[in-house]
Amino acid sequence: MNLITALTSPVGRKVLTGATGIGLVAFVIAHMIGNLSYLPGPEAYNGYAHKLLSLGWIFYTIEILLALCFLLHAIIGISIQIRRWQARPVGYKMYKSAGKPSRSGYSARSMIFTGIILLGFLILHLISFKYGPGVAEGYTATLDNGESVRDLHRLMTEKFKEPLYAFGYPIIMILLGMHMRHGVWSALQSLGMMSRRLSPYLYALAAILGVFVAVGFLFVPLYIYFLV
Amino acid sequence: MIINLRVWRQEGPESPGKLVDYTVPEASEHMSFLELLDVLNEQLLADGEEPVEFDSDCREGICGSCGLMVAGIAHGPQKRTAVCQLHMRSFKDGDTITVEPFRARAFPVIRDLVVDRSAFDRIITAHGYVSVTTGSAPDANAIPIPKDTADEAMDYATCIGCGACVAACPNGSASLFTAAKIAHLGLLPQGEVESPQRVTAMVNQMDAEGFGDCSNYAECEAVCPKGISVAGIASMRRAYMKGLLSG
Ligand code: HEM
Ligand code: SF4
Ligand code: FES
Repeated sequence: MNLITALTSPVGRKVLTGATGIGLVAFVIAHMIGNLSYLPGPEAYNGYAHKLLSLGWIFYTIEILLALCFLLHAIIGISIQIRRWQARPVGYKMYKSAGKPSRSGYSARSMIFTGIILLGFLILHLISFKYGPGVAEGYTATLDNGESVRDLHRLMTEKFKEPLYAFGYPIIMILLGMHMRHGVWSALQSLGMMSRRLSPYLYALAAILGVFVAVGFLFVPLYIYFLV
Repeated sequence: MIINLRVWRQEGPESPGKLVDYTVPEASEHMSFLELLDVLNEQLLADGEEPVEFDSDCREGICGSCGLMVAGIAHGPQKRTAVCQLHMRSFKDGDTITVEPFRARAFPVIRDLVVDRSAFDRIITAHGYVSVTTGSAPDANAIPIPKDTADEAMDYATCIGCGACVAACPNGSASLFTAAKIAHLGLLPQGEVESPQRVTAMVNQMDAEGFGDCSNYAECEAVCPKGISVAGIASMRRAYMKGLLSG
Protein backbone atom coordinates (compact mmCIF):
# COMPACT_ATOMS: atom_id res chain seq x y z
CA MET A 1 0.00 0.00 0.00
CA ASN A 2 1.45 3.29 -1.11
CA LEU A 3 1.76 5.87 1.66
CA ILE A 4 0.27 8.74 -0.32
CA THR A 5 -2.72 6.68 -1.48
CA ALA A 6 -3.22 5.55 2.09
CA LEU A 7 -3.14 9.06 3.49
CA THR A 8 -5.59 10.33 0.90
CA SER A 9 -7.96 7.39 1.43
CA PRO A 10 -11.18 7.95 3.40
CA VAL A 11 -9.52 6.45 6.48
CA GLY A 12 -6.22 8.29 5.95
CA ARG A 13 -7.96 11.64 5.67
CA LYS A 14 -9.67 11.05 8.99
CA VAL A 15 -6.52 9.85 10.70
CA LEU A 16 -4.77 13.01 9.54
CA THR A 17 -7.59 15.35 10.62
CA GLY A 18 -7.63 13.56 13.95
CA ALA A 19 -3.85 13.60 14.49
CA THR A 20 -3.49 17.25 13.49
CA GLY A 21 -6.59 18.07 15.54
CA ILE A 22 -5.07 16.45 18.64
CA GLY A 23 -1.87 18.42 18.00
CA LEU A 24 -3.93 21.62 17.87
CA VAL A 25 -5.83 20.66 21.02
CA ALA A 26 -2.53 20.15 22.87
CA PHE A 27 -1.43 23.56 21.60
CA VAL A 28 -4.58 25.41 22.66
CA ILE A 29 -4.48 23.84 26.14
CA ALA A 30 -0.85 24.91 26.59
CA HIS A 31 -1.59 28.37 25.15
CA MET A 32 -4.59 28.80 27.44
CA ILE A 33 -2.62 27.86 30.56
CA GLY A 34 0.26 30.10 29.41
CA ASN A 35 -2.14 33.02 29.06
CA LEU A 36 -3.19 32.68 32.67
CA SER A 37 0.29 33.90 33.62
CA TYR A 38 -1.04 37.34 32.66
CA LEU A 39 -2.84 37.37 35.98
CA PRO A 40 0.13 37.51 38.42
CA GLY A 41 1.54 40.54 36.55
CA PRO A 42 4.01 41.78 33.88
CA GLU A 43 7.05 39.97 35.29
CA ALA A 44 5.36 36.55 35.06
CA TYR A 45 3.83 37.09 31.62
CA ASN A 46 6.73 38.76 29.87
CA GLY A 47 9.14 36.35 31.53
CA TYR A 48 7.08 33.36 30.34
CA ALA A 49 6.96 34.67 26.76
CA HIS A 50 10.66 35.38 26.82
CA LYS A 51 11.46 31.91 28.15
CA LEU A 52 9.48 30.35 25.29
CA LEU A 53 11.41 32.34 22.70
CA SER A 54 14.74 31.51 24.28
CA LEU A 55 14.08 27.80 23.73
CA GLY A 56 15.56 28.55 20.32
CA TRP A 57 15.35 25.73 17.74
CA ILE A 58 12.95 23.74 19.90
CA PHE A 59 10.54 26.66 19.80
CA TYR A 60 10.87 27.12 16.05
CA THR A 61 10.45 23.40 15.41
CA ILE A 62 7.22 23.42 17.41
CA GLU A 63 6.10 26.52 15.53
CA ILE A 64 6.69 24.88 12.15
CA LEU A 65 4.92 21.68 13.27
CA LEU A 66 1.98 23.74 14.45
CA ALA A 67 1.78 25.68 11.21
CA LEU A 68 1.80 22.37 9.33
CA CYS A 69 -0.92 21.01 11.62
CA PHE A 70 -3.11 24.05 11.01
CA LEU A 71 -2.58 23.94 7.27
CA LEU A 72 -3.13 20.22 6.83
CA HIS A 73 -6.07 20.22 9.25
CA ALA A 74 -7.82 23.07 7.48
CA ILE A 75 -7.19 21.68 3.98
CA ILE A 76 -8.46 18.20 4.83
CA GLY A 77 -11.38 19.57 6.85
CA ILE A 78 -12.49 21.65 3.88
CA SER A 79 -11.95 18.75 1.46
CA ILE A 80 -14.19 16.56 3.64
CA GLN A 81 -16.87 19.21 3.35
CA ILE A 82 -16.49 19.33 -0.44
CA ARG A 83 -16.80 15.55 -0.68
CA ARG A 84 -19.90 15.80 1.45
CA TRP A 85 -21.56 18.09 -1.09
CA GLN A 86 -20.55 15.72 -3.89
CA ALA A 87 -21.77 12.60 -2.09
CA ARG A 88 -25.45 13.69 -2.01
CA PRO A 89 -26.25 15.83 -5.05
CA VAL A 90 -30.00 15.63 -4.44
CA GLY A 91 -30.88 16.45 -0.84
CA TYR A 92 -33.86 15.44 1.27
CA LYS A 93 -37.05 17.49 1.44
CA MET A 94 -37.31 16.41 5.04
CA TYR A 95 -34.44 15.30 7.23
CA LYS A 96 -34.18 14.86 11.00
CA SER A 97 -31.56 13.48 13.34
CA ALA A 98 -32.72 10.22 14.88
CA GLY A 99 -31.40 11.32 18.29
CA LYS A 100 -29.28 9.22 20.64
CA PRO A 101 -26.81 7.55 20.14
CA SER A 102 -26.28 10.05 17.32
CA ARG A 103 -23.57 12.57 18.07
CA SER A 104 -24.61 15.07 15.49
CA GLY A 105 -25.52 17.95 17.78
CA TYR A 106 -24.90 21.64 17.20
CA SER A 107 -21.15 21.35 17.71
CA ALA A 108 -20.77 18.45 15.30
CA ARG A 109 -22.86 20.02 12.57
CA SER A 110 -21.03 23.34 12.79
CA MET A 111 -17.46 21.95 12.57
CA ILE A 112 -16.83 23.46 9.13
CA PHE A 113 -18.33 26.78 10.22
CA THR A 114 -16.43 27.00 13.52
CA GLY A 115 -13.31 25.72 11.75
CA ILE A 116 -13.33 28.39 9.05
CA ILE A 117 -14.01 31.12 11.62
CA LEU A 118 -11.05 29.82 13.63
CA LEU A 119 -8.87 29.98 10.54
CA GLY A 120 -9.84 33.62 9.90
CA PHE A 121 -9.42 34.41 13.56
CA LEU A 122 -5.98 32.80 13.64
CA ILE A 123 -4.72 35.16 10.92
CA LEU A 124 -6.11 38.28 12.64
CA HIS A 125 -4.81 37.03 15.98
CA LEU A 126 -1.28 36.53 14.66
CA ILE A 127 -1.32 40.02 13.12
CA SER A 128 -2.53 41.58 16.39
CA PHE A 129 -0.15 39.83 18.74
CA LYS A 130 2.66 37.74 17.30
CA TYR A 131 3.36 40.22 14.51
CA GLY A 132 2.01 43.18 16.49
CA PRO A 133 4.07 46.00 18.04
CA GLY A 134 7.26 44.88 19.77
CA VAL A 135 10.55 46.24 21.07
CA ALA A 136 11.03 48.35 17.92
CA GLU A 137 7.75 50.17 18.66
CA GLY A 138 8.77 50.83 22.25
CA TYR A 139 6.93 47.89 23.86
CA THR A 140 9.85 47.09 26.12
CA ALA A 141 9.87 45.78 29.66
CA THR A 142 12.72 45.02 32.02
CA LEU A 143 12.60 41.70 33.86
CA ASP A 144 13.69 41.38 37.49
CA ASN A 145 17.01 39.95 36.31
CA GLY A 146 17.64 43.15 34.31
CA GLU A 147 16.94 41.61 30.89
CA SER A 148 15.11 43.86 28.47
CA VAL A 149 12.28 42.01 26.68
CA ARG A 150 9.16 42.63 24.57
CA ASP A 151 6.33 44.03 26.71
CA LEU A 152 3.54 41.67 25.74
CA HIS A 153 1.74 42.38 28.99
CA ARG A 154 1.21 45.99 27.93
CA LEU A 155 0.11 44.97 24.42
CA MET A 156 -2.41 42.55 25.84
CA THR A 157 -3.78 45.07 28.34
CA GLU A 158 -4.17 47.71 25.62
CA LYS A 159 -5.84 45.34 23.17
CA PHE A 160 -8.37 43.98 25.64
CA LYS A 161 -9.34 47.43 26.79
CA GLU A 162 -10.89 47.77 23.32
CA PRO A 163 -14.48 46.43 23.38
CA LEU A 164 -14.08 44.74 19.99
CA TYR A 165 -11.25 42.57 21.34
CA ALA A 166 -12.69 42.19 24.84
CA PHE A 167 -15.99 40.82 23.56
CA GLY A 168 -14.96 39.46 20.15
CA TYR A 169 -12.38 37.10 21.63
CA PRO A 170 -14.74 35.42 24.10
CA ILE A 171 -17.23 34.73 21.29
CA ILE A 172 -14.52 33.09 19.20
CA MET A 173 -13.39 31.10 22.24
CA ILE A 174 -16.90 29.72 22.66
CA LEU A 175 -16.77 28.62 19.02
CA LEU A 176 -13.39 27.02 19.74
CA GLY A 177 -14.95 25.20 22.68
CA MET A 178 -17.70 23.91 20.39
CA HIS A 179 -15.13 22.80 17.82
CA MET A 180 -13.40 20.84 20.58
CA ARG A 181 -16.65 19.47 21.97
CA HIS A 182 -17.13 17.37 18.87
CA GLY A 183 -13.48 17.47 17.82
CA VAL A 184 -11.84 15.72 20.75
CA TRP A 185 -14.29 12.83 20.63
CA SER A 186 -14.13 12.73 16.86
CA ALA A 187 -10.34 12.71 16.78
CA LEU A 188 -10.12 9.79 19.22
CA GLN A 189 -12.67 7.93 17.12
CA SER A 190 -10.74 8.83 13.94
CA LEU A 191 -7.52 7.50 15.42
CA GLY A 192 -9.26 4.28 16.40
CA MET A 193 -8.89 4.84 20.14
CA MET A 194 -12.46 3.91 20.85
CA SER A 195 -14.54 1.00 22.02
CA ARG A 196 -18.19 0.62 22.83
CA ARG A 197 -17.35 0.75 26.54
CA LEU A 198 -15.05 3.81 26.37
CA SER A 199 -17.16 5.88 24.02
CA PRO A 200 -19.47 7.63 26.55
CA TYR A 201 -16.51 8.54 28.80
CA LEU A 202 -14.47 9.99 25.95
CA TYR A 203 -17.52 11.88 24.69
CA ALA A 204 -17.88 13.43 28.14
CA LEU A 205 -14.15 14.18 28.26
CA ALA A 206 -14.49 16.13 25.00
CA ALA A 207 -17.19 18.31 26.55
CA ILE A 208 -15.10 18.92 29.66
CA LEU A 209 -12.02 19.87 27.62
CA GLY A 210 -14.08 22.15 25.38
CA VAL A 211 -15.53 24.04 28.32
CA PHE A 212 -12.16 24.11 30.14
CA VAL A 213 -10.32 25.66 27.19
CA ALA A 214 -13.10 28.11 26.28
CA VAL A 215 -13.52 29.36 29.86
CA GLY A 216 -9.77 29.56 30.46
CA PHE A 217 -9.30 31.61 27.30
CA LEU A 218 -12.24 33.97 27.64
CA PHE A 219 -11.53 34.73 31.28
CA VAL A 220 -8.41 36.84 30.65
CA PRO A 221 -9.91 39.31 28.09
CA LEU A 222 -12.98 39.87 30.27
CA TYR A 223 -10.78 40.25 33.36
CA ILE A 224 -8.68 42.88 31.60
CA TYR A 225 -11.68 44.78 30.28
CA PHE A 226 -13.58 44.91 33.54
CA LEU A 227 -11.01 44.62 36.30
CA VAL A 228 -7.66 46.04 35.17
CA MET B 1 -56.90 5.73 11.15
CA ILE B 2 -56.42 8.28 8.38
CA ILE B 3 -52.85 8.75 7.18
CA ASN B 4 -51.70 11.44 4.79
CA LEU B 5 -48.62 10.64 2.78
CA ARG B 6 -46.26 12.84 0.80
CA VAL B 7 -44.44 10.38 -1.41
CA TRP B 8 -41.50 10.97 -3.72
CA ARG B 9 -42.55 10.05 -7.25
CA GLN B 10 -39.96 9.82 -10.00
CA GLU B 11 -40.51 7.99 -13.27
CA GLY B 12 -36.96 7.01 -14.01
CA PRO B 13 -33.32 7.65 -13.15
CA GLU B 14 -33.11 10.75 -15.32
CA SER B 15 -36.59 12.17 -14.83
CA PRO B 16 -37.25 14.92 -12.34
CA GLY B 17 -39.18 13.82 -9.28
CA LYS B 18 -41.51 15.47 -6.83
CA LEU B 19 -43.45 14.85 -3.66
CA VAL B 20 -47.06 13.88 -4.30
CA ASP B 21 -49.80 13.98 -1.65
CA TYR B 22 -51.98 10.94 -1.02
CA THR B 23 -54.44 9.99 1.69
CA VAL B 24 -55.02 6.47 2.95
CA PRO B 25 -58.39 6.69 4.72
CA GLU B 26 -58.48 3.13 6.00
CA ALA B 27 -55.12 2.55 7.59
CA SER B 28 -54.84 0.38 10.67
CA GLU B 29 -52.39 0.76 13.49
CA HIS B 30 -51.55 -2.95 13.15
CA MET B 31 -50.26 -2.48 9.62
CA SER B 32 -46.57 -2.21 8.95
CA PHE B 33 -45.48 0.86 7.05
CA LEU B 34 -44.96 -1.21 3.92
CA GLU B 35 -48.46 -2.66 4.23
CA LEU B 36 -49.70 0.91 4.33
CA LEU B 37 -47.91 1.50 1.02
CA ASP B 38 -49.49 -1.73 -0.31
CA VAL B 39 -52.91 -0.33 0.57
CA LEU B 40 -52.01 2.96 -1.07
CA ASN B 41 -50.97 1.07 -4.21
CA GLU B 42 -54.28 -0.80 -4.32
CA GLN B 43 -56.04 2.56 -4.14
CA LEU B 44 -53.85 3.91 -6.93
CA LEU B 45 -54.43 0.84 -9.13
CA ALA B 46 -58.19 1.11 -8.57
CA ASP B 47 -57.95 4.72 -9.71
CA GLY B 48 -55.94 3.71 -12.78
CA GLU B 49 -52.74 5.35 -11.53
CA GLU B 50 -49.21 3.96 -11.43
CA PRO B 51 -48.43 2.30 -8.08
CA VAL B 52 -45.54 3.57 -5.95
CA GLU B 53 -42.43 1.46 -6.44
CA PHE B 54 -40.54 0.42 -3.32
CA ASP B 55 -38.23 -2.44 -2.37
CA SER B 56 -39.01 -5.18 0.09
CA ASP B 57 -38.56 -8.90 0.46
CA CYS B 58 -38.62 -10.66 3.81
CA ARG B 59 -40.71 -8.06 5.63
CA GLU B 60 -39.35 -9.38 8.88
CA GLY B 61 -36.31 -7.15 9.28
CA ILE B 62 -33.66 -9.61 8.17
CA CYS B 63 -32.99 -9.21 4.46
CA GLY B 64 -32.08 -5.54 4.09
CA SER B 65 -34.19 -4.99 0.96
CA CYS B 66 -36.45 -2.34 2.39
CA GLY B 67 -35.31 1.15 3.14
CA LEU B 68 -37.15 4.47 3.06
CA MET B 69 -36.78 7.87 4.61
CA VAL B 70 -39.91 8.09 6.72
CA ALA B 71 -40.66 11.48 8.27
CA GLY B 72 -37.03 12.51 7.71
CA ILE B 73 -35.44 9.49 9.38
CA ALA B 74 -34.02 6.41 7.66
CA HIS B 75 -36.40 3.48 8.43
CA GLY B 76 -38.65 5.89 10.34
CA PRO B 77 -38.85 7.09 13.92
CA GLN B 78 -38.67 3.78 15.79
CA LYS B 79 -35.17 2.75 16.92
CA ARG B 80 -33.58 -0.47 15.74
CA THR B 81 -36.41 -1.21 13.37
CA ALA B 82 -36.30 -1.74 9.63
CA VAL B 83 -39.15 0.05 7.86
CA CYS B 84 -40.86 -3.28 7.13
CA GLN B 85 -41.14 -3.79 10.88
CA LEU B 86 -42.27 -0.27 11.62
CA HIS B 87 -45.92 -0.32 12.57
CA MET B 88 -48.53 2.35 12.09
CA ARG B 89 -49.06 2.47 15.84
CA SER B 90 -45.90 4.62 15.84
CA PHE B 91 -48.03 7.32 14.20
CA LYS B 92 -51.18 9.22 15.08
CA ASP B 93 -54.49 9.39 13.26
CA GLY B 94 -54.33 12.25 10.77
CA ASP B 95 -50.50 12.39 10.61
CA THR B 96 -48.85 13.57 7.42
CA ILE B 97 -45.78 11.46 6.70
CA THR B 98 -43.13 12.34 4.13
CA VAL B 99 -41.61 9.35 2.34
CA GLU B 100 -38.44 9.73 0.31
CA PRO B 101 -35.87 7.36 -1.16
CA PHE B 102 -32.45 6.87 0.45
CA ARG B 103 -30.26 9.52 -1.11
CA ALA B 104 -26.60 9.40 -2.06
CA ARG B 105 -24.66 9.82 -5.27
CA ALA B 106 -23.67 6.16 -4.91
CA PHE B 107 -27.35 5.14 -4.52
CA PRO B 108 -29.01 6.52 -7.66
CA VAL B 109 -32.81 6.49 -7.78
CA ILE B 110 -34.20 3.92 -10.21
CA ARG B 111 -37.85 4.79 -9.81
CA ASP B 112 -39.96 6.35 -7.04
CA LEU B 113 -38.56 4.98 -3.77
CA VAL B 114 -36.30 2.33 -5.29
CA VAL B 115 -32.58 3.05 -5.33
CA ASP B 116 -29.67 1.11 -6.75
CA ARG B 117 -27.57 -0.13 -3.83
CA SER B 118 -25.22 -2.28 -5.91
CA ALA B 119 -22.35 -0.10 -4.69
CA PHE B 120 -22.59 -2.19 -1.49
CA ASP B 121 -22.29 -5.40 -3.51
CA ARG B 122 -19.12 -4.07 -5.10
CA ILE B 123 -17.67 -3.26 -1.68
CA ILE B 124 -18.39 -6.85 -0.65
CA THR B 125 -16.92 -8.19 -3.88
CA ALA B 126 -13.75 -6.17 -3.20
CA HIS B 127 -12.97 -8.36 -0.17
CA GLY B 128 -16.00 -8.87 2.02
CA TYR B 129 -15.29 -12.55 2.35
CA VAL B 130 -12.91 -15.10 3.81
CA SER B 131 -10.93 -17.19 1.32
CA VAL B 132 -11.27 -20.79 2.39
CA THR B 133 -10.45 -23.96 0.59
CA THR B 134 -13.61 -25.92 0.18
CA GLY B 135 -13.83 -29.49 1.35
CA SER B 136 -15.60 -31.23 4.13
CA ALA B 137 -16.88 -28.95 6.84
CA PRO B 138 -14.41 -28.66 9.74
CA ASP B 139 -15.41 -29.82 13.21
CA ALA B 140 -17.37 -27.31 15.18
CA ASN B 141 -15.24 -25.71 17.90
CA ALA B 142 -12.02 -27.02 16.32
CA ILE B 143 -10.74 -23.47 16.64
CA PRO B 144 -11.45 -22.14 20.14
CA ILE B 145 -12.88 -18.63 20.08
CA PRO B 146 -13.58 -16.67 23.29
CA LYS B 147 -17.29 -16.12 23.85
CA ASP B 148 -16.92 -12.32 23.97
CA THR B 149 -15.14 -12.27 20.63
CA ALA B 150 -17.72 -14.55 19.06
CA ASP B 151 -20.50 -12.32 20.42
CA GLU B 152 -18.87 -9.18 19.10
CA ALA B 153 -18.34 -10.70 15.67
CA MET B 154 -21.97 -11.80 15.71
CA ASP B 155 -23.13 -8.28 16.59
CA TYR B 156 -21.35 -6.91 13.54
CA ALA B 157 -22.56 -9.81 11.41
CA THR B 158 -26.14 -8.72 11.99
CA CYS B 159 -25.71 -5.90 9.45
CA ILE B 160 -28.34 -6.54 6.78
CA GLY B 161 -26.83 -4.18 4.20
CA CYS B 162 -29.89 -1.98 4.02
CA GLY B 163 -28.00 1.28 3.46
CA ALA B 164 -29.77 3.29 6.13
CA CYS B 165 -26.39 4.31 7.52
CA VAL B 166 -25.52 5.96 4.20
CA ALA B 167 -28.96 7.54 3.88
CA ALA B 168 -28.84 9.10 7.35
CA CYS B 169 -25.22 10.21 7.23
CA PRO B 170 -25.00 13.96 6.60
CA ASN B 171 -21.89 13.17 4.55
CA GLY B 172 -23.33 10.17 2.69
CA SER B 173 -20.59 7.93 4.07
CA ALA B 174 -20.72 4.14 3.92
CA SER B 175 -18.30 3.70 6.82
CA LEU B 176 -20.67 1.86 9.15
CA PHE B 177 -21.64 -0.77 6.60
CA THR B 178 -18.03 -1.30 5.48
CA ALA B 179 -16.75 -1.36 9.05
CA ALA B 180 -19.42 -3.85 10.13
CA LYS B 181 -18.37 -6.27 7.39
CA ILE B 182 -14.68 -5.80 8.13
CA ALA B 183 -15.22 -6.30 11.87
CA HIS B 184 -17.40 -9.35 11.59
CA LEU B 185 -14.89 -11.13 9.40
CA GLY B 186 -11.72 -9.77 11.00
CA LEU B 187 -12.64 -10.57 14.59
CA LEU B 188 -12.64 -14.31 13.97
CA PRO B 189 -9.39 -16.25 13.47
CA GLN B 190 -10.47 -17.62 10.06
CA GLY B 191 -10.96 -14.10 8.75
CA GLU B 192 -8.21 -12.32 10.61
CA VAL B 193 -5.49 -13.74 8.36
CA GLU B 194 -6.59 -11.64 5.41
CA SER B 195 -7.49 -8.60 7.47
CA PRO B 196 -4.92 -6.12 6.04
CA GLN B 197 -5.80 -6.87 2.41
CA ARG B 198 -9.49 -6.90 3.23
CA VAL B 199 -9.51 -3.51 4.93
CA THR B 200 -7.54 -1.85 2.16
CA ALA B 201 -9.59 -3.33 -0.65
CA MET B 202 -12.96 -2.56 0.93
CA VAL B 203 -12.04 0.98 2.00
CA ASN B 204 -10.68 1.75 -1.47
CA GLN B 205 -13.83 0.42 -3.10
CA MET B 206 -15.97 2.48 -0.75
CA ASP B 207 -13.98 5.53 -1.85
CA ALA B 208 -14.27 4.65 -5.55
CA GLU B 209 -18.06 4.38 -5.27
CA GLY B 210 -18.27 8.05 -4.33
CA PHE B 211 -19.45 7.78 -0.74
CA GLY B 212 -18.54 10.71 1.50
CA ASP B 213 -16.08 10.79 4.39
CA CYS B 214 -17.03 9.99 7.96
CA SER B 215 -17.21 12.98 10.30
CA ASN B 216 -18.07 10.82 13.31
CA TYR B 217 -21.63 12.12 13.61
CA ALA B 218 -22.76 8.62 14.64
CA GLU B 219 -26.08 9.33 12.97
CA CYS B 220 -25.65 5.93 11.27
CA GLU B 221 -25.70 4.03 14.56
CA ALA B 222 -28.88 5.87 15.56
CA VAL B 223 -30.79 4.69 12.48
CA CYS B 224 -29.19 1.27 12.01
CA PRO B 225 -31.95 -1.34 12.38
CA LYS B 226 -29.38 -3.63 13.98
CA GLY B 227 -27.77 -1.01 16.21
CA ILE B 228 -24.30 -1.60 14.73
CA SER B 229 -21.87 0.45 16.85
CA VAL B 230 -19.58 3.14 15.43
CA ALA B 231 -16.88 1.47 17.54
CA GLY B 232 -16.62 -0.76 14.45
CA ILE B 233 -15.54 2.30 12.43
CA ALA B 234 -12.79 2.97 14.99
CA SER B 235 -11.58 -0.60 14.69
CA MET B 236 -11.68 -0.37 10.88
CA ARG B 237 -9.33 2.62 11.17
CA ARG B 238 -7.04 0.71 13.53
CA ALA B 239 -6.93 -2.21 11.12
CA TYR B 240 -6.26 0.11 8.18
CA MET B 241 -3.35 1.79 9.95
CA LYS B 242 -1.98 -1.58 11.03
CA GLY B 243 -2.06 -2.66 7.39
CA LEU B 244 -0.26 0.54 6.45
CA LEU B 245 2.48 0.05 9.04
CA SER B 246 3.01 -3.61 8.20
CA GLY B 247 3.20 -2.73 4.49
C1 HEM C 1 -7.46 26.37 11.23
C2 HEM C 1 -8.75 26.40 11.36
C3 HEM C 1 -9.54 25.14 11.47
C4 HEM C 1 -10.32 24.59 10.51
C5 HEM C 1 -10.61 25.13 9.12
C6 HEM C 1 -10.88 23.37 11.07
C7 HEM C 1 -11.76 22.56 10.43
C8 HEM C 1 -12.19 21.37 10.91
C9 HEM C 1 -13.19 20.56 10.31
C10 HEM C 1 -13.99 20.90 9.07
C11 HEM C 1 -13.30 19.43 11.05
C12 HEM C 1 -14.25 18.30 10.81
C13 HEM C 1 -13.61 17.23 10.03
C14 HEM C 1 -14.63 16.23 9.68
O1 HEM C 1 -15.77 16.62 9.33
O2 HEM C 1 -14.36 15.05 9.73
C15 HEM C 1 -12.37 19.53 12.12
C16 HEM C 1 -12.16 18.56 13.06
C17 HEM C 1 -11.38 18.76 14.18
N1 HEM C 1 -10.76 19.93 14.57
FE1 HEM C 1 -10.58 21.56 13.46
N2 HEM C 1 -10.40 23.20 12.33
C18 HEM C 1 -9.59 24.27 12.62
C19 HEM C 1 -8.94 24.53 13.80
C20 HEM C 1 -8.91 23.67 14.86
C21 HEM C 1 -8.29 23.96 16.12
C22 HEM C 1 -7.64 25.27 16.52
C23 HEM C 1 -8.41 22.84 16.86
C24 HEM C 1 -7.90 22.63 18.24
C25 HEM C 1 -8.62 22.89 19.27
C26 HEM C 1 -9.10 21.86 16.08
C27 HEM C 1 -9.41 20.59 16.50
C28 HEM C 1 -10.12 19.69 15.76
C29 HEM C 1 -10.31 18.32 16.13
C30 HEM C 1 -9.75 17.63 17.37
C31 HEM C 1 -11.10 17.74 15.12
C32 HEM C 1 -11.58 16.32 15.03
C33 HEM C 1 -10.77 15.56 14.06
C34 HEM C 1 -11.47 14.36 13.52
O3 HEM C 1 -12.66 14.40 13.25
O4 HEM C 1 -10.81 13.34 13.34
N3 HEM C 1 -9.41 22.40 14.86
N4 HEM C 1 -11.70 20.73 12.02
S1 SF4 D 1 -24.71 -0.98 9.25
FE1 SF4 D 1 -26.88 -0.96 9.87
S2 SF4 D 1 -27.75 0.71 8.66
FE2 SF4 D 1 -25.82 0.22 7.69
S3 SF4 D 1 -26.29 -1.29 6.10
FE3 SF4 D 1 -25.78 -2.47 7.96
S4 SF4 D 1 -27.75 -2.81 8.97
FE4 SF4 D 1 -28.13 -1.17 7.47
S1 FES E 1 -38.01 -6.28 3.80
FE1 FES E 1 -36.36 -7.51 4.55
S2 FES E 1 -35.52 -6.22 6.05
FE2 FES E 1 -37.28 -5.11 5.48
